[in-house]
Parts: sequence; C-alpha cells; structure tokens
Amino acid sequence: MKKGYFGDYGGQFVPELLMPPLLELEQAMDTIMASEDFQKEFTTLLKECVGRPSALTFCPNLSKDIGVNLWLKREDLNHTGAHKINNTLGQALLARKMGKKTLLTETGAGMNGVATATAAAMMDMGCKVYMGAVDVERQALNVRRMELLGAEVVAVESGTRTLKDAINEALRCWISTQETTHYCFGTAAGPHPFPLLVRELQAVVGREARQQFLDRIGSLPDVVCACVGGGSNAIGAFHAFVPDESVKLVGVEAAGTGEPGCFNSAPLNLGTDGVLHGAKSKLLQTEDGQIMPSHSVAAGLDYPGVGPEHSALQKMGRAHYGNVNDTQALNAFKTLSRREGIIPALESSHAVAWVLENAKELQGLNVMVNLSGRGDKDMDIVERVLAQGE
Amino acid sequence: MSVSPLNTKIREANAKGEVALVPYLPAGYPTRERFWEELDKLDAAGASVIEIGMPFSDPVADGPVVEAACLKVLEDGINLHWILEGLKERKGRYNAALLLMGYLNPVLQYGPERFAAACAEGGVSGLIIADMPINESEFLTTALKPHNVELIPLVGLNTPRERLEMYARDAGGFVYMVSVLGTTGQRDSLPTKVKAKLAEVQEVFDIPVALGFGLKHPDQVAPFAGLMDAAVIGSALISHIEGGGDATSYMSIWTS
Repeated sequence: MKKGYFGDYGGQFVPELLMPPLLELEQAMDTIMASEDFQKEFTTLLKECVGRPSALTFCPNLSKDIGVNLWLKREDLNHTGAHKINNTLGQALLARKMGKKTLLTETGAGMNGVATATAAAMMDMGCKVYMGAVDVERQALNVRRMELLGAEVVAVESGTRTLKDAINEALRCWISTQETTHYCFGTAAGPHPFPLLVRELQAVVGREARQQFLDRIGSLPDVVCACVGGGSNAIGAFHAFVPDESVKLVGVEAAGTGEPGCFNSAPLNLGTDGVLHGAKSKLLQTEDGQIMPSHSVAAGLDYPGVGPEHSALQKMGRAHYGNVNDTQALNAFKTLSRREGIIPALESSHAVAWVLENAKELQGLNVMVNLSGRGDKDMDIVERVLAQGE
Repeated sequence: MSVSPLNTKIREANAKGEVALVPYLPAGYPTRERFWEELDKLDAAGASVIEIGMPFSDPVADGPVVEAACLKVLEDGINLHWILEGLKERKGRYNAALLLMGYLNPVLQYGPERFAAACAEGGVSGLIIADMPINESEFLTTALKPHNVELIPLVGLNTPRERLEMYARDAGGFVYMVSVLGTTGQRDSLPTKVKAKLAEVQEVFDIPVALGFGLKHPDQVAPFAGLMDAAVIGSALISHIEGGGDATSYMSIWTS
C-alpha cells in the first residue's frame, strides 16, 4: 500500500508549504512517540489525569426494554467529558517533546477545543482554537470553557461558518506558524499522518473494551457501534476489533433532518470519492467537486467529509455505516437519560439511536455503543429543538 | 519535448530586460462578462502569462481576498466547464500564455484525462494545483503530459533543497516560489530570507522562477532584480478591481 494510505483513501493533499511540518510530525511519531518513555508517560497521564480505563457499563433497563444486551463504553466519564482528551493529551505531549510552544486546533461542537485547551494548560503551552461562527453561537458554553482554560477562540466567518471552515482557517494559520506551533488535529481525518496519529491515540478505547468484555462475559461483543463525524471515536473503538471477524463494526452517520434535500452529514452513505482537507475520502460534494454544506443537530457530526480509514473499512466491507436522523437522535438522547440515568452527547445519541432503531435485528446480541461524550453541553440546543417541535 | 509557451513568454520579457508579469484573475470575476474583457486588457497590457483561477469552495492556500472572490463566482455558477468552453471559443486570441490555478477536487471530479484534453483545446499551457505536493501528483502529470500541459511546481521559503530537487527533476514552464510563509495576499513587505531562497531555487531549476503571494507594488520586487524572472500578482489585482479600477490601470502600475 502507498505510504499514508488506507487502501485507496488518505494521502497528503496539502500545499507544499505544509509538507515540512507534516514530515516533521511523521518523524516524531516514528522516534519520540514510538519510544518506551513516551508510552509510559502517556499511559500514566491517561490513568491519573483522564481517569482511564473508562468504565464499561451494562444498561439493565434499556436492555430489557429492547431485547438487546446494551453495553456502553463510557468515554463520557473522561476528564472534559468526551473521548477527545485521549487524542489531545497524546498530541500535546508529543508536541512539547518536539519543542513546540503552542497548540493550534479546530473545533465543531467545542469538545475538541476544550480537550485541546485542557491539554495545553496541562503542558504549559499556548492554545489557539478556530471555531465556525455558527458553532460559537450554538456551543456558547464550550467557548467559555475554552477561554477559562486559557485558549484564544477565533470565530471563523468564512464559507458555511462551521467545522469545515474552521479546519481551512486552522490549516492557513499553521502555514505561517509551523515553526513554533503544532496543529493538534481533532479527528482521524486530514492529511497523513493525522488519521494514523489520531487512531493510535484513540485505539485505547477499543483495546480496553475488548479486554473488559473478555473479563466480564468471557467473549467478545457481537456488535461495536459508534457515531461517525470525522470518525475518531469510531476508529478508536473499532481498531482493536478489526481482526476479530465475528465482531460486526457499525458506524453511524448523521442524516440531518432526514428530508430529501437536507444537507445531511453522511458522506459514507450519500457521498462520493474526493479530496478535502488533505485526504482522499468520501465527501458530500456537487458534480463540479465543490464541497456541500452539511447539517446535523449534533455540531460534532456536522462535517461533509470523513476520515479516510472509514472509507477504506467500508469499501473492504469490514465496517458498515448506517445513518440516523435528528429526530431519532433526540429520541435516543431522552431515552438513555430517562431509562439509564446517563445524559449522552447528541453525537453519541446517534449511535444509541441506531441500536434502538435496529433492535429487531439485534435481539439477544451483546452490542457495545461507544458513548463518546456526555450531553450537558447540549441541554440548550435540545430544549430549543424540542420546543420548536411542539 | 518542446519548450513550453510559459517558458518562452517569460524569457521574451526577460530578453527585453524586464521581469515578466503574471497576473491572476479568478474565472468569472468580477462578473461573467467583464471577466473576458479584463482578460483582454491584461493581455493587451503585456502580461507574459495570465493565471486564471478555478474556483473552489475551500481554498486553504488562499487569503481572504481570493477566497471571497472564489465564493462569489461560485455563487454565479462558474465551473470548469464554463472556463474551458470559454477559452476554447477564444483559442488563439491571446498573446500571453495561459495557466489555470486552483485546487485538486474540482479537477478530479471533471476527470484528469478529460481535463487535460480540454486544457489543450482551450490553449492552456499549464496548471497550478495548490493542494497537491509532488508526492501525490504522478497521476496528474501522467494525464497532462500527452497534451503538453505543464504542472507548475509551487515551492516556498521552507522547502528544503532535496524537495526542490525532486520538483526540478521533471518540471517545465516555470517554477512558482511563494514569497511568504502564509496564504495569498498575506503580507505587505517581503522577508529578507526570500533573497537567499530565490538564489537557491535559481540554482536548482533551469526554468524561469516566478515570485508570488503578497506582491502589491513593483517596489517590492526591486531588491530581487536578477533573481526572479517573473512576478505573480493576484490579490492586489482583485482588490484594485473591487475598488473600481480595471486591469489596464492596474497593469500600468507595473509596466510604467
């Protein structure tokens, strides 16, 4: 396989001016990150500061309701409330060892921004976060959290003013700041080596879960299910299970309002091959190759592209990708809260919703959902949407 | 292979003791009709090469001026088909060599072979793809070669010598050196590091060297006399048109 590719997908489609920092990062992964010292330090940080391993929770009430043995991998219990910290802390540690002074990142829902700002504070580094102006508004609480943590949040007013434009602006910023700054890419997308780097840092999720299942029930789960925006929580949950062919891997994309013509966020289901943000993958685009705006009630899934490894896993048939619309996700948000006392992020609610919607085919099976984040951040938007619906 | 018109046109200006001018204008800007008029004016004003921008929704190598122009023409429905058909109708009209500049995805969706053939039919001699380093470009150069369309390398202040040499191995037309570590139109003044890098690029490449990104006024290029063969001017031309000027009055700043 070509270097930096997963099957036909991936690559490094960036301006030449970004090749030196990408090559520098690749080298740091091969030397610094591969060292025993780094791995030891990172493992200690995950244990003492993030709270790993995260719990594997069985859902007794909901399992009974739907006839499926539903298990949750509790990334919502991590410090900062989502899986994002696994990645940002790892990249921050690597960046500091590379001699970088500042972390630069983009954020959609704000979770990656908060996790990056947190890691920067821990590592005594500067932090600059690009965030679409639309997201700044709909995730105001996370903006305040980032600022409290010492980050500079820049509202991006160009294009669709959401995550894709925040990534454009962060890439532009990285061109001029590469000497002192590390781009702490928030998801398993972007140019090589980011999809690989983020997967390696998130793979702890699936590794832990696999062992937890073996310890708890003496076998592997039948299905591992995770929501897919850029795809970092899903690839983290899937990776350890990829060689286990008995385990069905299901990614869940956001179908938006689900109406024909809605700008969804489901490129694996509805997109075509193309190049965006440095990688070849599935994309929502026009016939002319212009990127289409996306939509989802969950800001963290609102992205017209997807990490290249997911496109590859789909093509080889190893993983399957379903989709769930806004209404189904909101229903799952309420159901999990009410029946299990766990308020899931709207993003993770999509994965829960897929299980609820497909319960008939999953009767009696052990199904793990990667509960990638907690839903406190979504209270405002959920109340607003539910009020509109009434 | 024959020498590219891009090379020839730049060398013609150089032979007269001039730095060749390479103005950039996004296709369909400022309007569908006026674009072709401005193109004529650029040609009449003595441009050696005219760079026509192919719009893309997510132009990561461009600053706010070019991005805004890109998004505007996209709203007007400008696409590769419109550009290539328009050029085909006007083939042979321009004294300047023509170059298309943009991002990979629209070209990929158009189809590299079909695109290369349409370039040749439209009299286009070269292509700049801002988001495609040499590591990824083989499939495209393979498609362009039979049609004598050159893929122009973009190099920068941070491009190490071994990468310059990789680009130089197979390059034709000219090499485009980005004068700042940033996006188009970003700076007013040019860093002194440019001089050393320009000299190195001249040493590695045997084709003309163009300097671009952030050029607004001829005074800026005076320090690089003898080191650069061509000047690319983009954002400043857009701003000039935006401010009510036209290509003729803009070019006069550079040719007087």
